[in-house]
Amino acid sequence: MNSLILRLTTRPIIVVLLLISVFLLLRGHDLPGGGFIGGLVAAAAAALYAIAFGPTAAARLLRVRPELLVGWGMATTVVAGLLGMVAGREFLTGLWWVVAVGDQEIKLSTPLLFDVGVYLVVVGVVLRFVLSLEER
Amino acid sequence: MLNALLVAFAVALAAPWSVGRLGRSAGWVLALLPAGLTLYLLSLGRGVAAGEPYAQRLAWVPQLGVELAFRVDGLALMFGLLITGIGTLVAIYAGGYLAGDRQLPRFYLLLFAFMAAMLGVVTSDDLILLFVFWELTSITSFFLIGYKHESEESRANALQGLFVTAGGGLAMLAGFVLLGSMAGTFRISELLASPAVLVEHPAYPAALVLVALGAFTKSAQWPFHFWLPNAMAAPTPVSAYLHSATMVKAGVYLLARLAPALGGTPQWFWLLTLVGVATVLGATALTLLQRDSKRLLAYSTIVALGTMVLLIGVGTPAAIKAMVVFLFAHALYKAPLFMTAGSVDHEAGTRDVTRLAGLGRKMPWTWLAAGLAGLSAAGLPPMLGFVGKELAYESLYGAPWLLAALVAAGAVLLLVAFLVAWVPFAGREARSPQAAHEAPPSMLVGPLVIAPLGLLFGLAPGLLQDGLMRPAAAAVLGEPYAFDLYLWHGLTPALFLSLLTVALGVAVAAGWRRWQPALRARFAAVRAGPVALYEGAWRALLRFAEVQTRVVQPDDLRHHLTIIVAFTVVLTGAVALWRDGLASALWAPAAAYLHEILYFAVILLATATVVRSHSRLVVITSLGVVGFGVAFVFVLFAAPDLAITQFLVDTLVVIIAALVLIRLPSSALRAEGGRDTRWLSGVIAIAGGALIAGLLLAVTGLPLDDSLTRFFEANSYPVARGRNIVNVILVDFRAVDTLAEVVVLAVAAAGVAALLRRRIAGRRDDAGAGRPESEGGDR
Repeated sequence: MNSLILRLTTRPIIVVLLLISVFLLLRGHDLPGGGFIGGLVAAAAAALYAIAFGPTAAARLLRVRPELLVGWGMATTVVAGLLGMVAGREFLTGLWWVVAVGDQEIKLSTPLLFDVGVYLVVVGVVLRFVLSLEER
Repeated sequence: MLNALLVAFAVALAAPWSVGRLGRSAGWVLALLPAGLTLYLLSLGRGVAAGEPYAQRLAWVPQLGVELAFRVDGLALMFGLLITGIGTLVAIYAGGYLAGDRQLPRFYLLLFAFMAAMLGVVTSDDLILLFVFWELTSITSFFLIGYKHESEESRANALQGLFVTAGGGLAMLAGFVLLGSMAGTFRISELLASPAVLVEHPAYPAALVLVALGAFTKSAQWPFHFWLPNAMAAPTPVSAYLHSATMVKAGVYLLARLAPALGGTPQWFWLLTLVGVATVLGATALTLLQRDSKRLLAYSTIVALGTMVLLIGVGTPAAIKAMVVFLFAHALYKAPLFMTAGSVDHEAGTRDVTRLAGLGRKMPWTWLAAGLAGLSAAGLPPMLGFVGKELAYESLYGAPWLLAALVAAGAVLLLVAFLVAWVPFAGREARSPQAAHEAPPSMLVGPLVIAPLGLLFGLAPGLLQDGLMRPAAAAVLGEPYAFDLYLWHGLTPALFLSLLTVALGVAVAAGWRRWQPALRARFAAVRAGPVALYEGAWRALLRFAEVQTRVVQPDDLRHHLTIIVAFTVVLTGAVALWRDGLASALWAPAAAYLHEILYFAVILLATATVVRSHSRLVVITSLGVVGFGVAFVFVLFAAPDLAITQFLVDTLVVIIAALVLIRLPSSALRAEGGRDTRWLSGVIAIAGGALIAGLLLAVTGLPLDDSLTRFFEANSYPVARGRNIVNVILVDFRAVDTLAEVVVLAVAAAGVAALLRRRIAGRRDDAGAGRPESEGGDR
């Protein structure tokens, strides 16, 4: 789509959208958000980019093919589950590590890792749809 | 044992890689795996002979009482040694037979995976574990039969084998579950210890029939015999291994294994002997029609399998003794016969026995092996096959009708031996399609090692007696049984029956060239009986699937949706009205605020626009407005996660749908040509919407069960350290569901990508004539 306004506004918008998507992903365990929602925001950002600059440019920006994102996402969810087993618990049992950074506490956990996997899968799937439809 | 199996599967996985590295010697090196397993089993043999079976038990699914339980007693040892020993020689043989074949790496993977699964079947001490290995053998053998997958016939035959054996396997699983619930355990050794519980249980006949179905399909018993000859589409090493020595004997193994628990009843006796004798007679008759050396051997294998089932059905100590000896003898002669038939095919280029003659001078070693194996197959002294046959006759003195069947079968087995071990080699050389040479060493080792064993054990059957045959028979009988094996039984009735068999066989074989063409001309084209039934059922199934798909899932997305929604409305609506909870709930009055009413007005307006508009873009964006309106409702009722998701999904749906619309031809919005069916769509849509609304109202009218809500509120933070209950449910409490949904998403993406790629390719092929594909659903 050849629109100057769209092209000019897309770059700042997708930067904000991507930041929001990561924000939503990370805060998801306590406040509205999570991997699915975050992934949808990121996918929307990429879709916007694909509409503004074309699928080839979007694929270049992405660097990896969407299928790979799906595959890595699935692998991440499985690994998050297996970590529970490595610790001698059931598959998908949550493990937590609280790291103190200054006066802030950061909670790292296998559920978060699992959510990252969901995030990657959602981004990959939606992008696969969008890029396939945009390609001529 | 578990470690041995894991090693076998690991080597199977590594086999393709090593074939590439080792080149032509791959067969010799890879054969070290089954050779090692043979030695391992032999090392267990001393304990087994002393009456102390090897046992290993590990928890697997303790909640269901399923264990990784292994047990090696006499029966398992005999089968295990056949599987690994013959497996060693088949691996070497295949290296020569398939030398230079592009798919050789894949072949070894499948062959070893099959071998490991088969070893698992015979060493499992848990019914469920046995079933898992059993199905693994079905699947791996499917790939092995369909090895030449470029050939349509080969694929069809592989599928037939899979359907018959896996179908029987399902029946068997049902039988196993029944047995497990009857006895309260899946452990086979415990089942065998308490036969009375099973036999006197009212469900005994059902369990017996189901388990027997599994065994009969696997061991190609009538009326499931037809898949085995068709499985000869496999390369010869596979036939030699699966369809003589191992897989087809799994059914025999299962019956023998469970004989102490299920046997000894009239039902058992009649079911097994009748099926066994029908198999023997049917296969005997069908053998007469064959000319292809592999098919001749295949039918004679069915005869042998029928004999074993019959002997297990009779179940007396003498019959079981005969069964174990005959089974061992059969494996020792059938495998080399298959291998030499394959060598002849490989060197001379044909398996038609009428076109083969005089190869003996060119292939002396192959002839030697084939001749020794043939003598044993024909049941002539001093071979082990003779001992087995005599014992079988002896055990059936009380049942003349069974004896008569076995004598006829014995005569035909002699004919088969004559046709595959004498005819191709003796006399003056016939002109074969290829100039024949002696087979390479890799293809001689197998037959030349196995076939002489039949002579050795025939001359000195006592060698097998203590270490193998007594423990095996004891395992089938469920109690120790001491017997001695001799080559010479004296002037017994069995000897006269043997003489009669040989005389009959010689008579049949002598005139074969005269009577066979006439018989073939009369019957070869007849396709009746179980095969016709199977083929009819197969065609009917495909036809049904086709019609059903056309009716329920037509290509046109609109029809497809109409059917789905209409079905839901009719079925669910009928139930709702019938239960009479819906009508009263529909008119429950409720107070609403002004801003709520406004939201609903917006939704209604957008919906009206969707219905009225003629522009696709307007339709899609209006649908987006409807979605946003619904999302605002979620916001109103304090469901932020749901609202955010709805906003995002709707945004993306509008984008994706718009992208689809750009590519559609302009006429697709209205039905092409035909009548305007929009009123029908409207009625169905309104009915669907009304149904969902009514159901929701009815549900909210009920007192709400908030035990789940309370559980998650109470546990979300203390247990899962998250305050957002929705997310905690997704990634922690019900993470397995999410994992499955992730997979669903991935599959959907793969499907969409494939559909779109095909469409683009199609467009390139026929320049825009391709029909547009519909877009898959989004979450």
